[in-house]
Amino acid sequence: MMVAFGMRRFLLAILLLLAPPLAASALEVREVKTPKGITVWFAEDHTVPIVAMNYAFAGGAAADPAGKEGLANFLSAMLDEGAGDMTSEQFQERMEELAFSMDHSAGREWFSGSFRSLSRNLDESVKLLALAVNRPRFDAQPLERIRRQLLVSLRKKAEDPEERAWDAFRRMLYGKHPFARAVDGDLRGIGAITADDLHALHKRLFAREKLLVVVAGDIDEKHMAQMVDTVFGDLPAKSGMPDIAPPVFPKQARMKIVRRVIPQSIVLMGADSIRRDDADFIPAYVVNHILGGGGFGSRLMEEVREKRGLAYSVYSALITHEKDGVFFAYAGTRNDKALLARDIMLENIRRVAKEGVTARELEEAKDHLIGSWPLRFDSTTKIAGMLLGLRLQHLGIDYLKKRNDLMRAVSLQDAKRAARRMLHPERMQVVVYGNPPQPAAAKAAPAGEPAVAR
Amino acid sequence: MRWRNTHARLPGLLLALLGWLALAWPAWALNVPVKTWTLNNGLTLVVIPDHRAPVVTHMVWYRVGAADEPAGKTGLAHYLEHLMFKGTKRIAPGEFSRIIKRYGGNENAFTSRDYTAYFQRIASDKLGMVMEMEADRMQNLQLSEKDVKTELEVIKEERRMRTENDPRTLFAERMQAMLFTAHPYRRPVVGWMADVKHLTLADVMAFYRRFYTPANAVVVVAGDVEPEKVRALALKHYGALKNTAAVRPRWRTPEPPPLAARRLMMRDARVRQPTFQRLWVAPSYRTAKGGMAHALDVFADALGGGTTSVLYRRLVVKEKVAAWAGAFYSGDDRDYGTFGVYATPAPGVTPERLEARIDAVLKEVLERGVDEKRLERSKGSMVASAIYALDSQFALARIFGEAMATETGVQSVLTWDERIAKVSGEEALKAARAVLRPANAVTGWLLPPEKKAKAAMRSSSAEKESAR
Repeated sequence: MMVAFGMRRFLLAILLLLAPPLAASALEVREVKTPKGITVWFAEDHTVPIVAMNYAFAGGAAADPAGKEGLANFLSAMLDEGAGDMTSEQFQERMEELAFSMDHSAGREWFSGSFRSLSRNLDESVKLLALAVNRPRFDAQPLERIRRQLLVSLRKKAEDPEERAWDAFRRMLYGKHPFARAVDGDLRGIGAITADDLHALHKRLFAREKLLVVVAGDIDEKHMAQMVDTVFGDLPAKSGMPDIAPPVFPKQARMKIVRRVIPQSIVLMGADSIRRDDADFIPAYVVNHILGGGGFGSRLMEEVREKRGLAYSVYSALITHEKDGVFFAYAGTRNDKALLARDIMLENIRRVAKEGVTARELEEAKDHLIGSWPLRFDSTTKIAGMLLGLRLQHLGIDYLKKRNDLMRAVSLQDAKRAARRMLHPERMQVVVYGNPPQPAAAKAAPAGEPAVAR
Repeated sequence: MRWRNTHARLPGLLLALLGWLALAWPAWALNVPVKTWTLNNGLTLVVIPDHRAPVVTHMVWYRVGAADEPAGKTGLAHYLEHLMFKGTKRIAPGEFSRIIKRYGGNENAFTSRDYTAYFQRIASDKLGMVMEMEADRMQNLQLSEKDVKTELEVIKEERRMRTENDPRTLFAERMQAMLFTAHPYRRPVVGWMADVKHLTLADVMAFYRRFYTPANAVVVVAGDVEPEKVRALALKHYGALKNTAAVRPRWRTPEPPPLAARRLMMRDARVRQPTFQRLWVAPSYRTAKGGMAHALDVFADALGGGTTSVLYRRLVVKEKVAAWAGAFYSGDDRDYGTFGVYATPAPGVTPERLEARIDAVLKEVLERGVDEKRLERSKGSMVASAIYALDSQFALARIFGEAMATETGVQSVLTWDERIAKVSGEEALKAARAVLRPANAVTGWLLPPEKKAKAAMRSSSAEKESAR
């Protein structure tokens, strides 16, 4: 194709030539019910001889009992440490011989797993996965070894200013709610966890109720259904995980400086925002892309990095939980200009909340979000990851077809309304972690400016 | 643990990709239907068809990286990478990215010791457009003093974020600077801050004119494309470009014969958890003779590649002196590879005690070799990793691009799994004995400040210690 180059008119030329966005045409996803009644999203593709299965159980670190913080994460590290009649050593040697991987991880509200196998070793690999899911052992020796590793990684994490800044930010935002805790718990919690605790959690958590499974790759439907039933078909029907009450968010803006003598300050700010099941979520997602989610060209990137060179990394994002949503923004910025960077970020958030976005920004964002959708589905591993991600948001399988139409339908008014509903500068929690200049705290802040809370 | 010493223009994306590569690396081979051509102006073209989705990955690699920078100008290759997005005679600053995004594409760039690469992922029918734009900025970069100055501030923030704010990265940087005594691999890719501060527009333009020329470039296209059509497009957009400079063979001061074992003891107030690392200078895939790189790769996996490895089984499982222990070989750089061993002491174990045990296990393994069964399992899982690598279009493009940019060649990639499968226990041991010699190594400890270290050792029952 020809693109007419010509200074400023270049963009106009592109507008005219803009082709209809790609459909993710190569991708066909079916909803399949297995003989044992498990609903699977399934994308069959035989190009590469591998099979990927991702799954999630409802319940995660937010349900860790008090005094046992880090329990779900501990469980995730124990599932390849022996199962059935196989010891940890036997299990891991067999895993290596079969060259498959299974990784488990605890989120705040979900416990997820990802399994990847060569198709030629699939049946044998699935046997091991089924053992790990149904009959994990939690033997004393591996348990103590993993405990040592978890303790050591907690200490390593405590060295990283980024992690510490996030801890401080979560405490401001969530207060006493379990979302304020780190998923991997604390030294005391990890120190107190026993094999009985792990067995009890395994029993409560691993159930067919609210289990989500997706499969992609080199396998036919019948074989796939057998595989899923072998792994999950015999789990108890009912989950014993508790419901987590939604957090109560701060009603007033707060600013905090956590003083640490480090070469760069970390700025984090956020507030409660829109939920995933809100009708305005898609417009809000587009607005966030324009504000700070879309990398180069987004307002935060342009104002903080491109125009002023204040940061290498600056962005914003929406986080959604089952019963709440959060908007946050991040920047890593030189100490002497950290408060300036913070103020520019806040100012841009305020402006978008008040004025919305421009027509041109909206069109560009929609074009990108619609056009780049197929890039997320170009490998077996990515397809499985994406499909589980969609199921975790409780979207129907028709979302795959509807998604781009929903994006396309976002109007300037939708964006303005969503911006107002998703951004709450008046109750933003702001933390600067690092060594900024002493703020002129006592100096009268302009009316409406949040006070420095230390 | 693989040290992929690359820096990208955007964080996040590349970190995620590197995380993935670490799993599958070095992983390639099998029957990848790769095609290569050299155009009349010397530009190399590599095409890898992958028809699973209607998308394409387009990369331009320049055979120039941090190890090619003039003395006193560390960070220059990476700085130029950032500035390549600041416009040409035809495209305004920032427009390149904006256009790619508008068409539903993603794009970024990365710099390493040996190369600088730019990539776009986009609908396959936009391939001609991205080629036109990359060809344009290969020759027509136009920078303003203001943009160059602002971007230097961004680079300084990048260095502060990635390196200076994180004691573990600082430690890795200083280990490299001691491992290589004369060869420029001792430089950090992002550059030393004192050099970075003084880089100028004139430095950038001289470097650009010298190295960004068709004969020094490799174009890799992977995705839903027909090789002949890609060739025609490449001829149209890149074929007419004239070389602006002669490509000279790369000269980097080689390492002098190793004479002295080195030791780095780094204390940092932020550190709570001591870490051990020992690095040896090794041959790379390009420089190794007689399959030595393959042998080192297999040996490293058997010695320390995961929970069934010798180091993990002995030090973590059996003796319980380490929380983690492992080994790696990284052979993808042009001039040298690196062999490494790392470990973290278990709570209550002193660094001295752990290091003594590591030395003892290494000595034993270098005397007796690795158990055959253990070696077979390593080879099996490494060969399997080549199949998993086929799943990622980006990883394939990157593997072939890197092989061409480091002058290692595609053949090395295509035969990798086959040659791994043939490594014998004897070969693995011989290669390891040649490389793992004291004078060839730097041994490093990252430690807490002395006071803190003593306190931590006293209350070794970790429950009592506060993580805050």
